[in-house]
Order: sequence, then structure tokens, then C-alpha cells
Amino acid sequence: MLLADAVTPDSGNTAWILASAALVMLMTPGLAFFYGGMVRGKNVLNMLMMNFICLAVVGVLWIFFGFSWSFGASHWGGLIGWTKDFYGLGKPDVLTGVWTSSAKVPILVFAMFQLMFAIITPALISGAIADRVKFWGWTLFVLLWASVVYFPVANWVFGTGWILNKLRAEDFAGGTAVHINAGSAALALVFVLGKRAGWRRDPMRPHNVPFVLLGASLLWFGWYGFNAGSEGAADGTAGLAFTTTTVATCAATLGWLLVEQLRDGKPTTVGAASGAVAGLVAITPACAFVSPLGGIAIGFIAGMLCALAVGLKFRFGFDDALDVVGVHLVGGLTGTILIGFFGFDHGALAGGVEAKRGLFYGGGLALLWVQIIAAASVFAYSFVVTFVIGSIIKALGLLRVSPEAEQVGLDESEHAETAYAFSSVSGGTLTHPSGGAAAASDPARLSGQGV
Amino acid sequence: MKLVTAIIKPFKLDDVKVSLENLGIQGLTVTEVSGFGRQRGHTEVYRGAEYTVDLVPKVRIEVLVEAADSAKVVDAVVEAARTGKIGDGKVWVTDVDAVVRVRTGERDEDAV
Repeated sequence: MLLADAVTPDSGNTAWILASAALVMLMTPGLAFFYGGMVRGKNVLNMLMMNFICLAVVGVLWIFFGFSWSFGASHWGGLIGWTKDFYGLGKPDVLTGVWTSSAKVPILVFAMFQLMFAIITPALISGAIADRVKFWGWTLFVLLWASVVYFPVANWVFGTGWILNKLRAEDFAGGTAVHINAGSAALALVFVLGKRAGWRRDPMRPHNVPFVLLGASLLWFGWYGFNAGSEGAADGTAGLAFTTTTVATCAATLGWLLVEQLRDGKPTTVGAASGAVAGLVAITPACAFVSPLGGIAIGFIAGMLCALAVGLKFRFGFDDALDVVGVHLVGGLTGTILIGFFGFDHGALAGGVEAKRGLFYGGGLALLWVQIIAAASVFAYSFVVTFVIGSIIKALGLLRVSPEAEQVGLDESEHAETAYAFSSVSGGTLTHPSGGAAAASDPARLSGQGV
Repeated sequence: MKLVTAIIKPFKLDDVKVSLENLGIQGLTVTEVSGFGRQRGHTEVYRGAEYTVDLVPKVRIEVLVEAADSAKVVDAVVEAARTGKIGDGKVWVTDVDAVVRVRTGERDEDAV
């Protein structure tokens, strides 16, 4: 991590990271459809908007101070990061510099790639609290959470902070910083927020299962940028990450469907989509630290574990609406901890990754222990701080919509829209042609203007 | 005049329509509806959570006929819609007081 201007960027690496940034950007809309298909039809636009607003909010924060706090120099013993020159991302050194001496990617290219991680992480939380949160309250949450949870944790795990540089835990693309972080926050926020009206009594079936599989497929596609792009270069390690990402996702889909067949008697579409996502989550921290066979093992275990974990909310009574805890927290923990078993040393591959051996490769318990500390630390920090942020927003009265608004659905109550205007007999007239309260409400006034 | 109303399985709609056309029926109205009878609902599973869907999709067909034709129409619908399995639906006939064809203003038997 250094400002090494006067070094020419590597065009191949730069091209791959630019492409990866765009791939990861697509994951957030993909996630929106994955989640949007699972909610009831009266809340689908709100679900899409909760994800889309993360692009808008975090994208702006990132330029002002997000990149600086995430990837700036370390302070306070690795607990917090910032670099003054990174505020605004417009200083000449920043505009002309490259990120590392090895990969030689321009700083702004690296910054845009990492921005997409900062966007999707709060977006992941939205699935847990679907169908009952005020839109501007959620937006405020995203702003605060990105600032005091994601940016510092990204600094610990990806930047100059303590988890990467002192503890030396292995998290290649964000099992801790993204998935455990978001899953833990989801759990905390569900406790602050409470259950949906009618949970465990009313049917809350997914309203559009094709959306769910479409969204999962977009996530899978974008995840190649997330995992293989996290190498920071177009090299053999990126190829390994691409391979393990693929096979872990395949194996996790099979694992989830196997559990469904044995438990429920039918393999479901939602299950296949969920299994794929569980595999992607679990392989994220491990993708460059395990062999392809290790990737299959991690994926298969994660697919089965997550398929079982989504039932926990009914046992313990927390309304994690779309199973962010069951998929992202459990999947993230699985992948992060299994590195301690499957971690292998691929000395032959080019690229600056330091890989340690896990228990199954003669490395003993050292790596496993480090992984557990990293996972537990991010879990605890995210849970506590999210609980505080959620409680503040709740105290301000900005968190939960009224029971009436929840009843009619958030598309109408929060956004004044309907997702599916299929009925030709809904009636009505245009009351405010150009918006604004002063517009004509009397049709006669329109004809008076010569329309 | 009579109104013949039939609730049938959705996939039987085409059979019923063809058989009514063969009978010389000039028009009918179809609505997508849901409901339950002895068939009750079915079960769906999402991420291990089992839902009982009480109201099953059905199709409602309405045909206006002259009183003399109603028995033949009912027989045609029943024959075409029957699968022999539970959930085949029901057909009933009601009296109609007045009918007007909107375009011409023709009334009653002339309008059927």
C-alpha cells in the first residue's frame, strides 16, 4: 500500500480491475432482484430501492472520506485508518499514482473496485429487515453504518489495519469484512426492529421466483470480479480464485438441494439460488487459499449448513426475513473458519499472496485459531455498533413504518408506486400533471388552458 | 333466459370452449378466479418453510343462453371439463330477468 507515482501502470492488470469493478457493481442490482423476488408483491419496489440507494449513498461517501478511512494509513495500533491526501480523491499524487508496486494498478481504479464492495455490504443487510423499514431511515442507517462499521472493518481486513497486518488472518475477498460483517449487522438490526406483522401466521411466499434465480445468477457472474478481482492483478492466483469460486458454487447448489430433497421431499428453485449464493459467500475468504478440491469441500459443506441454518430463525424467533443470517453470517463463518482446515500453500503461483497451511495440510491449529479470532472480532464489533446505530434511528422514530403502512405495503406507503400495473380497470385521473401542490385538481382548468 | 356459470380447472378451458363452439354458442365470458371446494389447497415449500395454499386457481365461464338450450350447454361443459379427479369444479344455472345488447339495444331473447 503505497503512493508510488512515476511508476507506469500495468495495462493488463488495470484492464482486469476496471472490468472487475464493473462486475462487482452489477452484484448490487443482482442482489436487489434476488431479494426482490422473495418478498411479497406489495413490497418489491421498496426492496429494490433499499439496495439501489446503497449505490447512491456509499458512492458519494467513498469520494469524501470512505476510501481514506478504508485504505488510508493505520492509526491507533491498527484500529482505524485515514490518509488526508485521500479525502476527495483529487490530489495530483492520487490521480497519477499506482496502488501497489507489484500490481501497478492506478489508485483511482483500485478505489472504484473497492467502492463496489463498500456498496454491496450494507445492501446485504436489507434482506433481513424487508417489508417494514422507513426508506429514509434505512438510508440514514446505510450512511452511518458504512462510515463507522464498514470503512473501519475494511481497513482491518483489506487495508493497513490489525486483522491483515498484525493478526495475519486470511480473508481474500471479504468473508469477514463483507459477509460476517453484514450477517452480524442483520442479526442486530432484526433485534432492534422486531418482527413483521403476521410473521409465522400469514403466508409470506416469494412473489417472483424467476427474479430470485435471475438475481442469484447475476450475483454469481459479478462474483468473479469480487473474488478473482481481489487478487488485484490478472495472474495465476486470479485464475485459482476464479476456479474455486466456480466449483464451490456448484457444490453448494448440490449440497442445498440434497438437504431439501431429504428434508422436504422436493428440490426447489429458491433452494438452488440460495445454495449458489451460500457457496459464493463461503468461498469468498478462501478462494485463493484453497485448492479446487478444497473449494468443492467448502462449497458443499456451506450449502448443506446454510440450508439447515435458515430454519434457526423459526426456532429462536427472530424475523430475519430473507435469511441474511442463515446465508451470509453462517456462510461467511463457514468459509472463514474452514480456511483453517483447507488452507494450502500454492507456492508455484505468481502473485503477492502469502498462503499458510491449514490443519489438513500439516499447518497445525495456528491458522484455524487466527481465523476464529478474526471472525469473532468482526462479528462482535459489527453486532454491537449496529445495535447502537439501529437504536438511535429507532429513538428518532425513523426506523419502522406504521402498522397501516406495513399492511398496505411499502411500495405504496413509502414510494407512492405500484410494481405491477396489470389491471386495466384501476381507474383514476391525473391530478398533478407536473408535480407540485399547485397543479390543477379540476379537469376543467386543463381544458381552459387550451389542451 | 338462463345464465350458465361453470367453475373448472384452468387447463380444461380450451376443451370446454371448443365443445361450446361446436354447440353453436355465440359468446362466453371467462374470468380467472381462486377458491376451494373438497379439493382444498396444495403445499409449497420455500427454504424449508411449508405453506398451505388454500385457494386454488380456477377458471369461471359464464354463458347466457335461451332457457331451452341450458340443459344441453350444461351437459357439454360437464362432459368437456371432467377429469374424474377431485377439483373438477361445478356448474350451475340461474334465471336471468333481462338482457340488452349494448350496440343495437336489442332486448332479451334477441340479445342472447
